[in-house]
Amino acid sequence: MSTASYALRDNLTMLRRNLLHARRYPSLTLNLLLTPVILLLLFVYVFGNVMSAGITGGHADRSEYVAYLVPGILFLTAAMTSLGTAVAVATDMTEGIMARFRTMAISRASVLIGHVIGSVIQTMMALVLVLGIGLAIGFRPDASPVEWLAAAGLMALVSLALTWLAVGIGLISPNAEGASNIGTPLVMLPFLSSAFVPVDAMPGWFRWFAEYQPFSPFIETLRGLLLGSGIGTKNAVLALAWGLGLTVLGYLWSKARFNREPRQ
Amino acid sequence: MTTNEHEHELAIAATGLRKAYGDKTVLDGIDIRVPAGTIFSLLGPNGAGKTTAVNILSTLISADGGEARIAGHDLTAEAQQVRAAIGVTGQFSAVDGLITGEENMLLMADLHHLSKQRGRQVTAELLERFDLTEAAKKPASTYSGGMKRRLDIAMTLVGSPRIIFLDEPTTGLDPRSRHTMWQIIRELVSGGTTVFLTTQYLEEADQLADRIAVLNGGRLVAEGTAEELKRLVPGGHVRLRFTDPVAYEQAATALRETTRDDEALTLQIPSGGSQRELRAILDWLDAAGIEAEEMSVHTPDLDDVFFALTGNPVTATDKTDKTGKETVR
Repeated sequence: MSTASYALRDNLTMLRRNLLHARRYPSLTLNLLLTPVILLLLFVYVFGNVMSAGITGGHADRSEYVAYLVPGILFLTAAMTSLGTAVAVATDMTEGIMARFRTMAISRASVLIGHVIGSVIQTMMALVLVLGIGLAIGFRPDASPVEWLAAAGLMALVSLALTWLAVGIGLISPNAEGASNIGTPLVMLPFLSSAFVPVDAMPGWFRWFAEYQPFSPFIETLRGLLLGSGIGTKNAVLALAWGLGLTVLGYLWSKARFNREPRQ
Repeated sequence: MTTNEHEHELAIAATGLRKAYGDKTVLDGIDIRVPAGTIFSLLGPNGAGKTTAVNILSTLISADGGEARIAGHDLTAEAQQVRAAIGVTGQFSAVDGLITGEENMLLMADLHHLSKQRGRQVTAELLERFDLTEAAKKPASTYSGGMKRRLDIAMTLVGSPRIIFLDEPTTGLDPRSRHTMWQIIRELVSGGTTVFLTTQYLEEADQLADRIAVLNGGRLVAEGTAEELKRLVPGGHVRLRFTDPVAYEQAATALRETTRDDEALTLQIPSGGSQRELRAILDWLDAAGIEAEEMSVHTPDLDDVFFALTGNPVTATDKTDKTGKETVR
């Protein structure tokens, strides 16, 4: 077999290892899923009328707020599961088996690629689950098959970007707690975006940040795709640029950190 | 790649290996030559640089200076070929605790690109050989220290490495597990494998190694067979143990060339243990009217070499400083 096919096999082996971990210990991912699901239910059923009145500027209708909220919650879910990735990578790096991997004649990148592909698969599964809950409580997208496909592509790209960033965070963290702390700002970003309220409703000095940070363009683009509201070229371009840019950045960062010599 | 006859016989050939972290020098230029098919032991106290040496030779970290060929391949230029030839069992168990012992083995088989069938076969054989068949389906995190260590070595053997690095393979094991591990290591070498072993146990090096190098403070202070090293320390000593502090004090002041251990009330007198020397000591004790509780003769062992070399680096034959004995074990 050639080097490339060996590398492919190593990637698959590491992916299998990662999925095996996830299957044996699903509690971490499930715990992280709890936050977005609770927030979804809380904001729809408890704050729904007020939020909807605030956004539409008059009548209170929580079903309208479901439509507004679900796309934001989906990306919050992606951010939360990536925090799980950061913790998993940090934990893995403290394990003795990492030294073994580093002294074996395997594709070195496969250690990280296994984590990334495994995490993206888990994130996509989590997104399907949360979307299912959204549908169950009255989310009614009117997307065409092509729009659905584009939405899935966008979510996959964002998952990939967040996962590579999370891998980098996991690699610079000394342990699981550290990864969880360093990853917190990433999880806070969706709250400072248009996930819960439109950026127009935010104070002027803050609006600029909320508008251009990655999550607002992600969310606005997904809203446009699923609900037929206007996306706007600006949001689509920003979403793609952030998605691709963060993926490349996260990949290069993680690679550099992983190739750095382990300290003893 | 040019491999001459000489290099071919050496599984490990390293010269001038250096490593420093900041201004702390961990390895200060060490040379290591290990003939293929032998056990080489790097012996030294904690912090001597043993693990650093293993980490460098197993491509985990890079040296600041010096060069090495492992199985005929250059350590830095051909790292991947070196990795294909070696197996490493580090000080901290390199097993995946989240998955079962069997899954750990199959993971190794996959990473060595064995076929599915061959992977299963090798896994079953090694689990059987290391007495892990019963625990095969349990998560590795639930294994005892000895079982983890055995699984660790079994995983290292999946790829049939020609050279195996074992970093303190018996540290923290109970005596029975330690003897099992020794047996495993002996079997490895009988199959033609080269073993590079680090240990802080002199007995272990004595039991297993064809050649021993003593590492202290990042330098090799001695190298040779166990016998050669023992010859570095001429003569043994006679030990006198007292129960009466007064007698002890008297003897200690009168006998000039002794090493005192005030807590145990024992004196060590350099002596080859010959009849004449023993009689001289006895005569002297009788003449002085001093009675020792116990008298014993010690011929030099690796302990003596070790402390002569590492405890008191000024002169290798100076045996007056043996107070650091217990702190090393």
